[in-house]
Amino acid sequence: MASSTLASASAEAPPAARPGLLAKLRRRPAFAISSAIALVVCAMAAVPQAFAGWFGGGDPRKCDLVNSGLPPAPGHPFGFDIQGCDLYSNVVYGARSSVLIALLVTAGMIVVAVVLGSLAGYFRGWVDAVISRVMDVFFGFPALVGMIVLLQAASTHNEWTVSAVLILFGWPVLARVMRGSVLETATGEYVAAARGVGAGTARILLRHVLPNALGPVAVLTGLNVGGVIASESALTFLGVGLQTPAISWGVQLNTAQQYFVTSPHLLIFPSIFLTVTVLSFVLLGDSLRDAFDPRLRQEVARP
Amino acid sequence: MTRLESLPGYDAAAPLLAVSELRVRFGATTVVDGVGYEVDGGQTLAVLGESGSGKSVTARAIMGLVRPPRGAVTAGSARLRGVDLLTLAEEERRRLRGTTIAMVFQDALSALNPVLSVGYQIAELFRAHQGLSRKEAARRAVEVLDLVRIPSAARRARDYPHQFSGGMRQRVGIGLAIALNPQVIIADEPTTALDVTVQAQIIRLLGELQREHGTALVLITHDMGVVADIADRVAVMYAGRVVEQGAAAEVYARPAHPYTEALLGAIPRPELRGRRLAVIPGAPPDPGRPEPGCRFRPRCGYAGDACGQQPPAREIGPGRLTACHEWERVTTP
Amino acid sequence: MTTAVERETVLDVRDLVKHFPVRQGALRRTVGLLKAVDGVSLELRRGETLGIVGESGCGKSTLAKLLTAHERPTSGRVTVLGRSLHDLRGGELRRARRHVQLIFQDPYTSLDPRMTVAATVREPYDVNPDLAPRGDRDRLVRELLEAVGLNPDHGGRYPHELSGGQRQRVGIARALALRPEVLVCDEPVSALDVSVQAQIVNLLEELRERFSLAYVFIAHDLSVVRHLADRVAVMYLGKVVETGSEAEVYESAAHPYTRALLSAAPVPDPAARGTRQEIVLDGEPPSPVDPPSGCSFHPRCFMAEDGCARSAPVLEPVAGAGHLVSCHLARHPGGDGP
Ligand SMILES: Nc1ncnc2c1ncn2[C@@H]1O[C@H](COP(=O)(O)OP(=O)(O)OP(=O)(O)O)[C@@H](O)[C@H]1O
Ligand SMILES: Nc1ncnc2c1ncn2[C@@H]1O[C@H](COP(=O)(O)OP(=O)(O)OP(=O)(O)O)[C@@H](O)[C@H]1O
Ligand code: SF4
Ligand SMILES: [Mg+2]
Ligand SMILES: [Mg+2]
Repeated sequence: MASSTLASASAEAPPAARPGLLAKLRRRPAFAISSAIALVVCAMAAVPQAFAGWFGGGDPRKCDLVNSGLPPAPGHPFGFDIQGCDLYSNVVYGARSSVLIALLVTAGMIVVAVVLGSLAGYFRGWVDAVISRVMDVFFGFPALVGMIVLLQAASTHNEWTVSAVLILFGWPVLARVMRGSVLETATGEYVAAARGVGAGTARILLRHVLPNALGPVAVLTGLNVGGVIASESALTFLGVGLQTPAISWGVQLNTAQQYFVTSPHLLIFPSIFLTVTVLSFVLLGDSLRDAFDPRLRQEVARP
Repeated sequence: MTRLESLPGYDAAAPLLAVSELRVRFGATTVVDGVGYEVDGGQTLAVLGESGSGKSVTARAIMGLVRPPRGAVTAGSARLRGVDLLTLAEEERRRLRGTTIAMVFQDALSALNPVLSVGYQIAELFRAHQGLSRKEAARRAVEVLDLVRIPSAARRARDYPHQFSGGMRQRVGIGLAIALNPQVIIADEPTTALDVTVQAQIIRLLGELQREHGTALVLITHDMGVVADIADRVAVMYAGRVVEQGAAAEVYARPAHPYTEALLGAIPRPELRGRRLAVIPGAPPDPGRPEPGCRFRPRCGYAGDACGQQPPAREIGPGRLTACHEWERVTTP
Repeated sequence: MTTAVERETVLDVRDLVKHFPVRQGALRRTVGLLKAVDGVSLELRRGETLGIVGESGCGKSTLAKLLTAHERPTSGRVTVLGRSLHDLRGGELRRARRHVQLIFQDPYTSLDPRMTVAATVREPYDVNPDLAPRGDRDRLVRELLEAVGLNPDHGGRYPHELSGGQRQRVGIARALALRPEVLVCDEPVSALDVSVQAQIVNLLEELRERFSLAYVFIAHDLSVVRHLADRVAVMYLGKVVETGSEAEVYESAAHPYTRALLSAAPVPDPAARGTRQEIVLDGEPPSPVDPPSGCSFHPRCFMAEDGCARSAPVLEPVAGAGHLVSCHLARHPGGDGP
């Protein structure tokens, strides 16, 4: 029975491998539906031409004032807006700015949050103190008011300026999570072990800490995309975001409010698109989080 | 006690806790495959076995903590004086938990709510199960903390779990389990994370409580020393089955299963200094891919042709069971 | 063990102290000092194993981190092969600390979950390019995996695909890559079950013979320490209270804490039940922030006399020259042993 130690371990089989994340995700209906919708919205943003022409119309700028505010008609399932343009193709084209802003803001927030959060979490001390105080300032400030003031002062209102403002007020939430996650990862034993064999700060940060600390931030970012789209529309609706002639759901809703009584379809169709899009991104983020976060999967045993 | 008597199947002569033919499945994998053991009042049964052999899952199944959709008890019974816990309505079972059967968890911190003071959590038990007033329950909670030797219990009752050291926390966990004087306590590795002096305190405490109240104790542990110290009987588990059972002294002196023998050989002892310890070659089987025959066969030095068939649990002496075809060769030196 | 006396000293520790500031309140003001390690001196020769035992929280892990330069001491020095670790900086320090490697307690947290086994074992070579030319590294990694009893195909696996014992082997292979003189093992087997523990203990013994390694072996389990160690140090509240050869400490313990510790360790033999005279230690270990006056063990000591609360004993020889005990009553023990 007492065989050599060395021979014995090689024969050890691994514990059964975990089922893949994707396999787990595919079994969730919420994930399937929300990711399908999100994909369609992204496709609409990328190639609106392909969708806009389905019912005959197709050019959002081909307008005829004669049709101003008319309800749905054959070939124009959503009716016409105040300028007499086909509302359906306008709504389709509206996805573009929403998705573009969502992308820009998400990318921007991740970069800022990962850099600042990692610096604060890894180096601690005064670096952390400075970054954390800056975050506190943003947390204490009413974000909506801040965004409105800044955008009102801005001279141009395009996707870039709106994104910049959304990033400015959005990064602290992510950075705080990143900081916490880095703090936890950096005290991990495998980080100490890497330092023990002589790895330098850059290697430890890039090779060990970042990849292992990104999980929660990635998940939170996913949860945020829906919120970003909603905020963009809200700012635009309030008149400080994108402005006509830009095509966006927010702009459409902004115009629609004045004509709600006479032409309710102007409000209804863009809102449906906006709501479904936001909802599907939120659901998508949610199911990603459930799949990623093992803490939510554990059952708690209590007497 | 009165509650148990009124339940169907009650038999005052039956053992206090008798588990038989228990099977538990997680997904498609059967992780507990026909486990059975018995304990009577005042007795200590130690459950030994390799990590992952199903010791904790068995315990949690008995407590009714294995629930669909994650896992399911697919066969077997766990009887308290003849009353089958597994077929009881959830409401009845909930009432028995704590009052008649209780569990001490390996990780005391996970069994305690971090945002409630420990005194409150124990008092909660008295209020829920015995309908005591808030004040009376708080007084009893302090008594319990005193019983598990928490110094200045009245003051510490107001503290939160994280303010206790590991050993004290484990004692609070024991307090939570014994508060309502259960007749059966299942302790899942209550001392694994603790050092020897604290371990000795906890083991002594469990022993005293058992003597005072005639409790039946099921002690799950890896520590062969603790088993030798306090267990009356031992059940050794391997890959979801009990492979050997018997009085502790007999099992240690004359193991009748090759796995038990190997386990005993792996303990460092003063006389083995300078020599290699016995190790079991190979790895435990993957519960997801069960092979026919004896589960220990791939690692067994005694295996013969008969081992291709699953060995039945054989009674080789009074209260002494082994599931091995070659047990006679194992017991002959 | 007998020849160890003439061998070269690889690790020399003098009066090592580590205090952690205790902060409180919103302003995080320092309100006290936690004396995690409070004046420890040790010496380790090539091929020798020093076991360290002691209660939870007595500073064993902190000592391990100081020895391997994972923490900087408040005062005192650690000398590795004649060079003091704490005078060195940067590249010099990195080269010196190679000789002392740490094996972590928890094989589940000490490996990067996103790195394969081969990448983990290769990392020491990647960050110390002078150690081996690039072309040789994969071969060296394979050799190391074999040396710790892993199959070279394990190299492509991730930690979650390995059992606890296999992970601990990966940790050992990573530490061996730097060809250290000393391995500091901080409870390397506590998280493993008995049969896997035996595999790792055997492996450590084999490696010790093959590479003439010296070990500092920390464990809760007194029998494992006894199995491996040539000499043993018993710690209490940041201090070494007794040290000597394995036989001296286990057979003729002189410090009351050591005696209590040994008496509390269960013996894996039901026949011996009841024959053991257990010395019961009352109360909780005192806080290292505010240690008791005099001998820090006196509030829990079953032998304590009035003097014990007043003056602190020093570590001094009792019977043999190598058997040191820090207790006022060590030379006139109250009874004839546990
Ligand atoms: N909730 C769960 N879902 C799926 N599988 C589980 C679950 N809990 C336990 N298992 C599996 O059941 C088997 C038995 O686990 P169990 O916890 O009973 O082992 P154990 O004998 O208590 O081991 P240890 O000594 O390490 O605590 C293991 O293979 C484990 O992976
Ligand atoms: N980074 C730190 N900051 C503050 N206090 C610390 C730090 N690290 C350890 N301590 C404290 O120092 C003391 C000694 O801790 P250490 O981890 O060395 O104990 P140990 O002997 O290894 O215990 P165990 O057996 O439980 O592992 C403890 O009281 C601990 O709380
Ligand atoms: S039945 Fe056969 S294979 Fe199984 S333990 Fe006994 S001898 Fe070994
Ligand atoms: Mg368990
Ligand atoms: Mg430690």
